[in-house]
Amino acid sequence: MLQSLINWLEDLGPRFYRAFFEADRWMSYLQGLVVTFEITIASIAMGLVLGLVVAMVRTAHDQQRPGRRNPLLGAVNLVCKVYTTVIRGTPMMVQILIWAFVIFKGERNKVMVGMIGMGVNAGAYISEIIRGGLMSVDSGQSEAGRSLGLGYVDTMRFIIIPQAFKNILPSMGNELVTLFKDTSLVNAIGAAEMTYYAKRIGDKTYDYMPPLIGIACIYLVFVIILTWLQGKLERRLRQSDRR
Amino acid sequence: MIDVKHLSKSFGDHLVLDDISEHIHPGEKVVVIGPSGSGKSTFLRCLNLLETPTAGTITFDGMEITDPKADINAVRRQMGMVFQHFNLFPNMTIRKNITLAPVRTRLMKQDEADEAATALLRRVGLEEKADAYPAQLSGGQQQRIAIVRALAMKPKVMLFDEPTSALDPEMVGEVLEVMKELAREGMTMVVVTHEMGFAREVGTRVLFMDGGNILEQDEPHAFFDHPREQRTIDFLSKVL
Repeated sequence: MLQSLINWLEDLGPRFYRAFFEADRWMSYLQGLVVTFEITIASIAMGLVLGLVVAMVRTAHDQQRPGRRNPLLGAVNLVCKVYTTVIRGTPMMVQILIWAFVIFKGERNKVMVGMIGMGVNAGAYISEIIRGGLMSVDSGQSEAGRSLGLGYVDTMRFIIIPQAFKNILPSMGNELVTLFKDTSLVNAIGAAEMTYYAKRIGDKTYDYMPPLIGIACIYLVFVIILTWLQGKLERRLRQSDRR
Repeated sequence: MIDVKHLSKSFGDHLVLDDISEHIHPGEKVVVIGPSGSGKSTFLRCLNLLETPTAGTITFDGMEITDPKADINAVRRQMGMVFQHFNLFPNMTIRKNITLAPVRTRLMKQDEADEAATALLRRVGLEEKADAYPAQLSGGQQQRIAIVRALAMKPKVMLFDEPTSALDPEMVGEVLEVMKELAREGMTMVVVTHEMGFAREVGTRVLFMDGGNILEQDEPHAFFDHPREQRTIDFLSKVL
């Protein structure tokens, strides 16, 4: 019993060496990590643009005065509602598979397909984060702005959005972290990010433990760094409140 | 100046204002009192369309503002509003709070607006707070700023929605003082309040609202000394 534990520990070094250093395998992980970051950044950027547009449409629609509803805005709002409902109501894994094997069936650039899938997914969540942030600002603020004769756009731009920003930031940070981790899902469609390489190296060496534990640690380290940065930014913003 | 005809407002199937007709003349100081839930705040908020009336018309300076085609922003520029909870913009300095609307609506250039802000702040004795943020000020100070913020738009009428109800008792006086001065200068004012002393001293007319109706109205001395309706007598006996 004790002997087998000692043997197992003795083997660990060579196993990790095989998974990371033999035949310069670390370069594969690094290559994969770069792609992981590319997918994260591309999808958060796409998600921000989509989320902002959808959040704007939905809040603008909800805040119209009764009797002065714009039918075009109503139609666009319906599209946005369907979008968020479908995306948030189905598993991301299934969505990514649909993007890769149904919508972009013949596409060879799987990384790009992964970016689109994740970006569209992020957009739905981010739109709800932004919408929640805008709604969290006290309605007295927009009433004060409007009663001074400011238009809807000016009231949003100078009064509501700057105040919503601080409320949005924590959830936005969480979304970034989630997105970063969920990039691992796109390995299922053959996009060569970090998890994809780890699995391949496991296949080749017939030893999955070292590469998988290894990348789990790498994900964890970056999530800790991101969370720390987020906390720092929030503290700085809160300081400006106490002026 | 403001002509209200057959104004009704309901939230869902709850009728808050029940067919109100009223006229507010230039220079009048109309004080609206009544128990909570009587619709007095809703009535005030209908006047600048913060609430959309369910039925009826409101005409301001000859323009029917309840017409869907009316430029509501242009109307609101001429009606200042002061809220119970001040609603200063916490993300801006006091100066910016005051100058934002005049500059953005092209009423003034930034330097003109800054000058106007300084003059207004001097008037309420808060000149040195121009670069402070709302959170650094007391409630009374915030409300005085909220009043001059509305005045910066050079409104023709000022609407006050329970301006002293959220204040600590010792700060009520300083806000009422600013309002009294404004009244002396001849501003047309509609004030929803529980301050009976203010109603008696400053008001030119008192409206008593209950259950979405204006039950009774009169010149303040007659109103407080000889109320006619039983409901008014009950109310006054509780608050005076």
